[in-house]
Amino acid sequence: MNAITENATAQEPWAGFAAGPWQSQIDVRGFIQANYRPYLGDSRFLSGPTSRTLGVWAKLTELLAEERKKGVLDVSVDRPAAITAHAPGFIDRDAELIVGLQTDAPLKRAIMPNGGLRMVEMGLEAYGYEIDPAVKETWTRHRKSHNQGVFDAYSPEILAARKSGIVTGLPDAYGRGRIIGDYRRVALYGTDRLKADKRRELHEIDDAVFDEATMRQREELNEQIRALDELAEMAASYGCDVTQPARTGREAVQWTYFGYLAAVKEQNGAAMSLGRVSTFLDIYLDRDIERGLLTEESAQELIDDLVIKLRIVRFLRTPEYDTLFSGDPTWVTESIGGIGEDGRPLVTRTSFRFLQTLFNLGPAPEPNLTVLWSTQLPEGFKDYCAKVSIETSSIQYENDDVMRPHWGDDYGIACCVSPMRIGKQMQFFGARANLAKALLYAINGGVDEKSGMVVAEGFTPIEGDVLDYDTVVAKLDPMMSWLAKTYIKALNVIHYMHDKYAYERIEMALHDRDVLRTMACGIAGLSVAADSLSAIKHAKVKVVRNKAGLAVDYVIEGDYPAYGNNDDRADSIAVWLAETFIEKIKAQPHFYRNAMPTQSVLTITSNVVYGKKTGNTPDGRRAGEPFAPGANPMNGRDKKGFIAAGASVSKIPYACALDGISWTASATPTALGRVPEERQKNLAACLDAFAGAMGHHVNVNVLNRETLLDAMEHPEIYPQLTIRVSGYAVNFVKLSREQQLDVISRTFHGCM
Amino acid sequence: MTFTSSLARGHGDAPACIVVPPAAGVAGEAPVGFLHSVESGAAGDGPGMRFVFFMAGCPLRCLYCHNPDTWKLKAGRRIDLDEALAEIAPYRGFLRLAGGVTVSGGEPMTQARFVGALLTRLHDDLRLHTALDTTGFLGRSVDDDWFDPVDLVLLDVKHSDPAVYKRITGRDLAPTLDFARRMVRLGKPMWIRYVLVPGLTDGEAEIARLADLLAGLGPLVQQVDVLPYHRLGVHKWAELGRAYPLDGTEPPSREALDAAIAIFRTRGLKVR
Repeated sequence: MNAITENATAQEPWAGFAAGPWQSQIDVRGFIQANYRPYLGDSRFLSGPTSRTLGVWAKLTELLAEERKKGVLDVSVDRPAAITAHAPGFIDRDAELIVGLQTDAPLKRAIMPNGGLRMVEMGLEAYGYEIDPAVKETWTRHRKSHNQGVFDAYSPEILAARKSGIVTGLPDAYGRGRIIGDYRRVALYGTDRLKADKRRELHEIDDAVFDEATMRQREELNEQIRALDELAEMAASYGCDVTQPARTGREAVQWTYFGYLAAVKEQNGAAMSLGRVSTFLDIYLDRDIERGLLTEESAQELIDDLVIKLRIVRFLRTPEYDTLFSGDPTWVTESIGGIGEDGRPLVTRTSFRFLQTLFNLGPAPEPNLTVLWSTQLPEGFKDYCAKVSIETSSIQYENDDVMRPHWGDDYGIACCVSPMRIGKQMQFFGARANLAKALLYAINGGVDEKSGMVVAEGFTPIEGDVLDYDTVVAKLDPMMSWLAKTYIKALNVIHYMHDKYAYERIEMALHDRDVLRTMACGIAGLSVAADSLSAIKHAKVKVVRNKAGLAVDYVIEGDYPAYGNNDDRADSIAVWLAETFIEKIKAQPHFYRNAMPTQSVLTITSNVVYGKKTGNTPDGRRAGEPFAPGANPMNGRDKKGFIAAGASVSKIPYACALDGISWTASATPTALGRVPEERQKNLAACLDAFAGAMGHHVNVNVLNRETLLDAMEHPEIYPQLTIRVSGYAVNFVKLSREQQLDVISRTFHGCM
Repeated sequence: MTFTSSLARGHGDAPACIVVPPAAGVAGEAPVGFLHSVESGAAGDGPGMRFVFFMAGCPLRCLYCHNPDTWKLKAGRRIDLDEALAEIAPYRGFLRLAGGVTVSGGEPMTQARFVGALLTRLHDDLRLHTALDTTGFLGRSVDDDWFDPVDLVLLDVKHSDPAVYKRITGRDLAPTLDFARRMVRLGKPMWIRYVLVPGLTDGEAEIARLADLLAGLGPLVQQVDVLPYHRLGVHKWAELGRAYPLDGTEPPSREALDAAIAIFRTRGLKVR
């Protein structure tokens, strides 16, 4: 490695920065606001990849191909992961500008038994590895895991709900994730200063009442201080001194990455997002360009090199987990753009540089590049985003105009759609409850339509051959209450145990002490439940019962309006469902650590698994058929094109789903225009329209169905083919065949 | 766009063999239309993003029609003017910024009275850019002022030779050419649309003849769209119980498409 300190003269790290309160307190936002320079121009300034960048990427491409073949390239079996567990690792030691790997070699996965030893054992076994006896003994005899703690506290009802799939994807056997450390703090302040501030926070509560909350807080703060020491030790092993602030652009990128790297060395959270670093880093890159230390090309190289590292974050997971989530997602989400509270766009040249990596290195699902869209964004940036979307299908959009009033202008997206103020807020990830199944339970009095077992006790089924809307709604209401109660009990258990046995030390070290916690609930099957109710209301739905008297199928007579066509008769039912369920959640008596309950309409790709676990539904959907993803209209039922579909989705009020409302739209290139400039302009106009209608999130795929069909047959030709699914991107060729078919069956808005 | 065949289903009966004058309706009565479907966000059918009304009913029976489910007028959903306008009301702001409204079909002039009233409301009241996607075959049935609310005409010309035109569409070419000249007289900008079908419309000489003709119309012919034949509508013929006349025909190659485009370009025409 060429020594990172060579450019850094002995200068003051903050030389040339505008002074402000950010100097005397930990305040990254204040620093950004005082120092960033919005960029209002177009993309012509950008640089392509250097031969150095392409060389490093080529080395990795070989390893990635090998990994695709084997499933897992290598595992560090002999030691549990920790910030300092591994010696430094490199892809190409002499060529790398930004260094640091999770273990001592690229794509070599670490084991993280704090979440649950079983997950580790199953992951190892699936790929032909054996667990180290010492590790096994430690986590069976001397040390308890999160997973064990959770199952000690679960009730029989929670277990039954989990088994039937009315709640699924709970983070009870793996890291919960969705916590974003403010990794920028490492660069701006250095760990010495951050430790001092943590000590201040600790001593402020020396005289507090020593109740459980205080004692937990005090223990956590000391864990955080220890984690900061380990971060500095790990960085030192790569020859970098992060105890002090970064002095150059390269150091700022490197220090920020070290903060993130420490987190992914220690935690295999379901989503390990990066936050909102691009405009922060731009201040440093801009200063170096002015000083003559960097050129556009060398600034781009630093971002390319960082992104290369972010693309190879890996966790050891089981094949079942990968099936649920489609491939191997890590949700290294980086939020780009948005508008400041003072009205200035938070778009800088480095916002462009991050997107440019999709051209310089080719499309990829990670990092999960997320544009915070506003109708007020500069035109040059809008055009560039549209261009990147059309050519790579690799970015997603979230509506900054909708989120800013709630979360200010320094929030980032965790995972797919979850906004949180960076360093000031975290969430307790809660997966999701299945509303379509809740409707079937309402009809069958709490008996599962697939197993015939009683899951919800104390309910009676609906009688009669034709479903009456008012009767069904009257039964659904208490069933949603039961579901909310069972669900929140499970989440309280999970997060209590996660804090106890798998606490995110380094991520929380990069937060303020007093953070806002949200209890992030979610719903799946929204469009199936809404269409079912619409069918019951507007057409005639007859019940077909089996010998045991269980409703197992439905016959629809007549047509009904379906959600997704901008028709209030159906859309208002979807709104009612989303609003009612969050009220049921809010009515629960206790939320662990006083968390604020929120909700998302997001399925990731578990829409396939949820569909599998749910019987025939009154909308005409067959048993086992996938749900639509997130808040999408049911596949093929949105018949008026994507502007109408987007208008339906945007009717679900953000206020009832503060954790996000996900819509995935696929269009063929010709649907957006005949020539590239026309497509760009039209896509940007559509995004403005969706944002103007207060839609929250949209994944944009611009692809031909034929391309996907061809990729199914010839995956070797499309190693980098990336498509957006609910809230994140995946390599299409890594999906299971079932998921590939699901994606292809989704409504493509195309031109004939 | 992805058509929905559920709204309109033909009955498999023979194509109309009489030229039906436009369903003018009774003066004074509120006009009623038959709508096949709508599409809320389409590009290509006019500048920017378009809201498209696909009207039911067409007097032509083109061999390669990809929407045979729009042939029958009464197979459409019956709507009045307010209902039609309610369809676009939610997108009005967007359409004003991003594009406009296109009335297509079928042959929209089959319902000239309703479509005329619709275009007037769209253009004069909602102040939206309007495009009429037509073959021009029924042009003679309306007065010049019928075209006042039309900002752009998308004129489908299926062929330059009257005999081949008749073979493709079952109708005469002359009304379409008259229509084009009339639009020039009325000062209406036109986009000409030509579907390239291998073995049917890809002859060099006939394309050249059309190109000469279009070039002769002057600058109001703003562009020519050469649309490659595709087979995405074939299943609809089967659903309607009709035999597909062009079975075995494949979409044109990139080279054939480029060759056709080049012919138009040599006449100074702008081609997309």
